[in-house]
Amino acid sequence: MQAVEDRTGAGSAARRNSLKASASAFSPPSPFQRGFDVAFRGLSLALAGSVIALLLGIVYQVMAHAAPAIRDLGTHFLVETKWNPNKQVFGVLPEIVGTLYTSCLALLGGGLLGVTTALVTSQGFLSRRWELVLKNVIELLAAIPSVVYGLWGIFVLIPILRPVAKVLHEQFAFIPLFETPFAGPAILPAALVLAVMILPTITAISREALAAVPKRLPAAAYGLGATRWEVIFRVVIPTASGGLFGALVLGLGRALGETMALAMLVGNANVYGWSLLSPGSTIAALLANHFPEAGPVEIRALMYAALVLLMMTLIVNLLGAAIMARATRGLKGLV
Amino acid sequence: MSERAIVRPRLRQPELDAGLRASHDGLRYSLKHRRTLLDAICTGVAFSLAGLALVPLLSLLAMLIVRGGPLLNLELLTGLPPAAGMPGGGIGNAIVGTLIVVGIAALFSVPFGLLAAIYLAELGNGSRFESVVRFAAKTLTGLPSILAGVFAYAVVVVTMGRFSALAGGIATGTLMVPIVTLTAEEALRMVPSRMRAAAYGMGSTRAQVALFVVLPAARPAILTGVTLALARAMGETAPLLFTALFSNYWFQGHIDQPIASLAVLIYNYASSPFDDLVGLAWAASLVLVSLVLVTNLVAQWLTRRPIEH
Repeated sequence: MQAVEDRTGAGSAARRNSLKASASAFSPPSPFQRGFDVAFRGLSLALAGSVIALLLGIVYQVMAHAAPAIRDLGTHFLVETKWNPNKQVFGVLPEIVGTLYTSCLALLGGGLLGVTTALVTSQGFLSRRWELVLKNVIELLAAIPSVVYGLWGIFVLIPILRPVAKVLHEQFAFIPLFETPFAGPAILPAALVLAVMILPTITAISREALAAVPKRLPAAAYGLGATRWEVIFRVVIPTASGGLFGALVLGLGRALGETMALAMLVGNANVYGWSLLSPGSTIAALLANHFPEAGPVEIRALMYAALVLLMMTLIVNLLGAAIMARATRGLKGLV
Repeated sequence: MSERAIVRPRLRQPELDAGLRASHDGLRYSLKHRRTLLDAICTGVAFSLAGLALVPLLSLLAMLIVRGGPLLNLELLTGLPPAAGMPGGGIGNAIVGTLIVVGIAALFSVPFGLLAAIYLAELGNGSRFESVVRFAAKTLTGLPSILAGVFAYAVVVVTMGRFSALAGGIATGTLMVPIVTLTAEEALRMVPSRMRAAAYGMGSTRAQVALFVVLPAARPAILTGVTLALARAMGETAPLLFTALFSNYWFQGHIDQPIASLAVLIYNYASSPFDDLVGLAWAASLVLVSLVLVTNLVAQWLTRRPIEH
């Protein structure tokens, strides 16, 4: 009471002055402050809108520059197998097949390793500390630039694969996968490096999916006497299956667009087939190889190829995002 | 205790022992049981696969040190690339070039992403527009990096009529914008809402709250996001191939000219028939990976500092 009286009562002049001063700090914003506020909010809004504009701009620019090629080449571009700027014959069938083939192979390897690593680092096999260490080491894989993977592939992986591939071709040439001799740069080393590159993506998203499984589901299964892997295979994986599937699809999206490692390792030959040992090509590698020295007509065809790549990755990524969203919503009922 | 008391009068000692042993065996972890054995095998397979996943990383890092390490010296870091087939030379212009390209990229992508993030976290009020922006940013992060190069080629290279450092910076910055936006938004959202409430209660405008209260509080986490984006941008090669191109000379202060970068140098020299150039590619890889890892470590160190309240 005493203090309140002191503050509101007829105190000294100095106290009254300080009251005035503090009152001014609580006064409404000055015209300048209000103007600044409006300008700042307008600028933020404009730049937020620019994020959308950036996405649409990329799609628009690629489409606009590809338009003449789309008019000239039409859908024949998608089934033509030759790429010859001199005769003005352009087609990306080998590249589309190569992109899908290498990506799916990479998904097979990267998916298996990625989901396994996510399980090992999340299902209580290791102490918290070691789980974190292993997780960080796997994340290091994502930090290494893809051009360095390409260099490693050329000088380490391909020499290692050479004797193995020789035996595979000599003994198992009747299997379409090994029907051609090993070319050095080929589908197999490209897919292996790609698998390593998408592994951290798949591990990270799978870990999230596994972490979203409510703890009491595995706890109940353990209580019934299930072993750890019975719990993982029959409870954890089925519950997280939506999220794990989404992780694989997003990993595929990453693989489709990967450029440098493939441009250095796939051999860039305009052929396609089942053989893992033969060279091939991908759309991204085609762009990387031809863009720097292309003439105007070839540029248009390359823009068309870029559009095909853009559409492929957009569809796969949107599909992955939709699957992830559905998976999270599906788990909400269980929590 | 009490169970024993009940059981003991009914059974003789040998029978009791046998029964106890049997039930104990059933609970003990023993590989003689089919289910436990299967479990142990699965664990073994899983750990082998996880170990297999680490082999490429270890091999890669070892090779970088073995092939690139001996070449590290002052001439390498400060010299120009040699003529084909000549020994010696360095990658100094490529190191400078990488930093300049990433600098140009950061110059426009960081303010761009930051203000977009402030809109998303502070001003959007959960509107439909806000979710469209977030969706666009997420879609952009999934886009192949080479398409950023195609975009910059179409917008900058075609307009200017030549390859340039500016085009490379814009291509790289295009990749950084969504990363900065999404990480900064998350950082801003972590700031406790009572800090905003206190500032609004004192009559602050929304701009004042965002700029002078929320932004400083979220600064460490935002810096982490920016640093991670920078680390990723440094290693990007595909967007530079046909935007910044390459140059054998020092940066002359003209951002409308082609410029060297570590990433493109590695790509060009990796397929070179000359051992000296391949050696330079390994040394450049070691320098590039070190730069990226150090930047990543800085990012982690920034996260470790607590949010200032």
